[in-house]
Amino acid sequence: MAETYATAAPDRSAVRSLLRLWPYVRPVRLRLFTAAFVAVLASCAGLVIPLVLKWMVDGPVADRDTGGVWLGALFLLLLGLAEALLFGMRRWLVARPLAHVEAEMRAELYGRLQRLPVAFHDRWASGQLLSRATADLGLVRMFLAFPLTFLLVNSVTIVFGVVIMLLQDWRLGLVILGPAVPVVVMCVYFENRYAVVARRAQDQVGDLTTVVEESVLGIRIIKGFGRHRTQARAFRELSSTLRGTELSKARLLATIWAVIVTLPELAIGAALVLGAVQVADGELSAGTLVAFLSTALALRWPVDSIGFLLAMSQEAATATERYFEVMDEEPERDAVVRSAPAPDAGLRFDGVVFRYPDADPGSPPVLDGVDLHVRPGESMALVGATGSGKTTLTALVPRLHEVTAGRISLDGVDVAALPREELRARVAVAFEEPTLFSASVGENVLMGADDRAGDAELERALAVAQAEFVHALPQGADTQVGEQGLSLSGGQRQRLALARAVVGRPPFLVLDDPLSALDVHTEAAVEAALRQVLAGTTALIVAHRPSTVLLADRVALLSGGRIAAVGTHHELLRDNPDYAHLMSGTGRQEDDR
Amino acid sequence: MTAPATSSPTTDGGPGQPPPKAVEDPFDKDVLPTPPGATGLLLRSLLAPLRGRVALTTLLLLLQQAAVQAGPLLVAYAIDRAVPAWRSDDHGPLVAVGVGYLLCALASGALQYAFLMASARVSQDVLLDLRGRIFRHAQALSLDFHERYTSGRLISRSTSDVEALRELLNEGLQELVSVVLSFLFISAMLLWLDLGLGAVAVASFVPLYLLVRVYQRRAGRVFTARSTAIAAVIVKFVETMNGIRPVRAFRREAVNEAGFRVLNHRHERRNGDALLEMARYVVGSRLVANAAVALIVLWGATRVADGSLELGVLAAAVLYLRRLYDPIDRLGMFLNSYQSAAASLEKIAGLLAQTPSVPEPSAPRELPALQGGLPGREVVFDGVSFGYRTGGEVLPRFDLVLPAGQTVAVVGSTGAGKSTLAKLLARFYDPSRGRVLLDGVDLRELAVPELRRGVVMVTQEAFLFSGTVAENIAIGRPDASREDVERAAKAIGAHEFVSALPDGYDTDVRKRGGRISAGQRQLVAFARALLADPAVLILDEATSSLDVPGERAVQAAMATVLKGRTAVVIAHRLSTVEIADRVLVMEHGRIVEDGAPAELVAGAGRFADLHRAWRDSLA
Repeated sequence: MAETYATAAPDRSAVRSLLRLWPYVRPVRLRLFTAAFVAVLASCAGLVIPLVLKWMVDGPVADRDTGGVWLGALFLLLLGLAEALLFGMRRWLVARPLAHVEAEMRAELYGRLQRLPVAFHDRWASGQLLSRATADLGLVRMFLAFPLTFLLVNSVTIVFGVVIMLLQDWRLGLVILGPAVPVVVMCVYFENRYAVVARRAQDQVGDLTTVVEESVLGIRIIKGFGRHRTQARAFRELSSTLRGTELSKARLLATIWAVIVTLPELAIGAALVLGAVQVADGELSAGTLVAFLSTALALRWPVDSIGFLLAMSQEAATATERYFEVMDEEPERDAVVRSAPAPDAGLRFDGVVFRYPDADPGSPPVLDGVDLHVRPGESMALVGATGSGKTTLTALVPRLHEVTAGRISLDGVDVAALPREELRARVAVAFEEPTLFSASVGENVLMGADDRAGDAELERALAVAQAEFVHALPQGADTQVGEQGLSLSGGQRQRLALARAVVGRPPFLVLDDPLSALDVHTEAAVEAALRQVLAGTTALIVAHRPSTVLLADRVALLSGGRIAAVGTHHELLRDNPDYAHLMSGTGRQEDDR
Repeated sequence: MTAPATSSPTTDGGPGQPPPKAVEDPFDKDVLPTPPGATGLLLRSLLAPLRGRVALTTLLLLLQQAAVQAGPLLVAYAIDRAVPAWRSDDHGPLVAVGVGYLLCALASGALQYAFLMASARVSQDVLLDLRGRIFRHAQALSLDFHERYTSGRLISRSTSDVEALRELLNEGLQELVSVVLSFLFISAMLLWLDLGLGAVAVASFVPLYLLVRVYQRRAGRVFTARSTAIAAVIVKFVETMNGIRPVRAFRREAVNEAGFRVLNHRHERRNGDALLEMARYVVGSRLVANAAVALIVLWGATRVADGSLELGVLAAAVLYLRRLYDPIDRLGMFLNSYQSAAASLEKIAGLLAQTPSVPEPSAPRELPALQGGLPGREVVFDGVSFGYRTGGEVLPRFDLVLPAGQTVAVVGSTGAGKSTLAKLLARFYDPSRGRVLLDGVDLRELAVPELRRGVVMVTQEAFLFSGTVAENIAIGRPDASREDVERAAKAIGAHEFVSALPDGYDTDVRKRGGRISAGQRQLVAFARALLADPAVLILDEATSSLDVPGERAVQAAMATVLKGRTAVVIAHRLSTVEIADRVLVMEHGRIVEDGAPAELVAGAGRFADLHRAWRDSLA
């Protein structure tokens, strides 16, 4: 039941993806580079240790020079101290900066997501977004902490170690170098395949997150129909698929690892035999062979680890890609639109056409030439059959969606020419689904006003929405509601949403079926209070019921993507059979459905 | 996020009696009481079924380590035996060394592969099991739990907390086993090579052990704090993305960003703390290890110098020593992932330790066969009262009988207890006292499938799952054919709009039905209920977003398709009441009027009053 959003670009380059992290890494580059340098030093200190051993074996030990032995041991101790402190310093240098990079990237993702068009959110399951903000960014941080540094450190260590070995005995050194080419070739081959599977796994994690999220958000329906077993089955299928993908990932990794372990080990074995022959023939000192092999073995971890470091880098690269898939989306921008001022004040729709941006361009638009004029101070009810596009039309006014063609103007100004911030300050909206945020009741309501609004405005708005129940809550208007607070009933939330819409005394008001969850008495009381507010406000009110329609001065009937009729409730009731049918359910009967 | 998901739980607790918030509500702090030892128990129960394969994995690793660790031994043998033998023209020992090394190299590669695959299978099976357990448990927990735990936290339990365990299993398990094995192996080797040198190496484990303990304690605290911090980030993230429309309309972007920054920053600090703990550990353990190496070399070299130790033995010992302390970083990484996973597992264990307050029966009963050929069943509330566990009585004790086939409308103002009554009947809650009987069988004795054949509730929130419209309707009855689905949609008047969608019934509703209007979603919800074909249907404000013709269509469907079924209808619009056989008026948790609609309208009670107001509102 979930979708995969993979846009598998076949020739993507992991390096190119990872390079895109640079702007985020830039601020901490000094520390990161210093840390890498320190790590190189630490590794080199580790590599010098075998040389000291060689010196001890060939010198003081052979000469039975106790003082030299002590000196060597002291030197070893100092190198050891240096190595330990340098490694610790590397971690200390990057700990806070890397946590910071991760947090920065998350904050930017969050900020960008908030500014992407609503159409984007319609298209993307939020589980996919969440998995990008958590799991994927964790991978990126790990990449910066380990693979990035250690790919560098290990390469330097390997080069350094190989140079030491070549200097000690160039023939043995060449033997050790032998497997380098086949190992690199194998690595490249498998890493490419690994990248594809890693991406698939990450997308599947996103799908799984989506199912988890929906199963939590839709818990009442699942319980209401006793479907938790079906749901668990769907979840199991998805998680089994993920398991399969993870296993093919493991298989690739295991193959790389086996190759990386075997080939160098074979080379070391060959070097051992050849070296022993040379020692036997007296061409090589025993100390040199010990030091040589000790160096070769010290290089084992740097070589072995390259496999999983590359794998981690690949995963980080696909995680980065997933991250930038969202970051590359164009946020809403305030474009400069020059258009002639509309002749009339109030709220005007001129030839408004709207088709969802992801809809088939050949499909009929949802709104197909809406012309409507709500005069200043007038309230207009918007009536239409279920699914006729009323909510869509209201979403166009605060530009939650952009018109495909045509124009909407507020007091003669094209909404497209207004900065969104300003536009949304002028137009207040109450949605059909009243969403409260995790904040106090007061904060939730005052969201609709500017910062100057205080208790007086809050009280007034609560009074208009008949939301005095707020005072009976445990901490009154300071009671926490929303996800992490007290849950309120649908009717209570709807009244708070209404209060939020009116608290800022906006010049334009858009209400989407604002009273649907209220009982008759409350509805009547809200209507009475709302009339006062509406008297001075230009308002568009989506309505299903005659009672709500009566709040408005005039009514517009939306049908077939156009405004089919405008008039007072009684005029339309008398003259327009469609309207009469919508309002009373009588007149035109089921035959025309 | 309050929107579609978390609606109307305390609904009818009403403004007067919200569930009082205890001062130390564990739900507030994202710390559920975890019974002592539950975390370990959970881990053991996850691994127990895989005992055999865990053993096999360990064996593979053991063999692999043996193959890898043979290297220095062969070096010692080559220097001390094969070189002198070669000098005396005995080529056998060196050939043996070469062949031995070749075999070890091949074996270590092959074993490495086998081990990685075996351990991947174990860890993936554990994850599959754990994911499934969390999911099923969360689904089994009752609504009152969901209303308090918040969706973001549940999501974070099954995502970022499981992820922590994944890291432990993927890398950690292998680290731990290989670290322990190489410690044991190399210590044994050193002791065998030279008792004295080996003893010094083993003695160095004591300070290392102490270091590990200290690190473990400190990291445990840091990781618990980090897991709580990321959960808070997730909660905020989910809330914003699910409420994106009001976020935009009310220009909440900047305020949200500030709030998110605070939470994000808190997580950043905890994350940094964790990384710093690791840095401290690395310094400490490396210091101990390198000091031990210096000490052992000093002693060994002195002894070679005075002739009591062979050079080859010292060489091998030194090679082993380097390897002995190599894994201490990896031990740190393991402890890292272990602590992180332990913190997460503790939260998961806390979640799994929650018992559903509406448990499934252990010995379920079946409903008796339907009587008289009609699909409805009789509902009896027998001495039922209800209050939240946190206190505050919502419904005082009452008795109520709804005969089979009756359509009952429940009216009353917000907070009167209508939804609570409905939720008791749907067994979303269990009564504090008394019983709810369906054809004489206590709801608590019915298994879920049987219960849902008996009672289905349609609520005002019409949540759509991602998938097609047909799949969404089929939630009512997963085995329904396409014809059944379409029949249900037609009966409810949803067929017209569904057919007009780009792919008809196969249209993907995407995220929470962004493109399907609220009214249409309610129609889909109805079609679901129709398809489920229950004996008792509860409609809780299920028509609030429908227009008048839509509501008529639903009523017509109820009159025909649902004929003979028992129905409980809660609605603010009294239009629904027109099709009811009986009306209950509720106030402050009590049923204050009960009778046929006409009878009540004719009277002078509250319903007559309400009805007049409604008539007026129709104008």
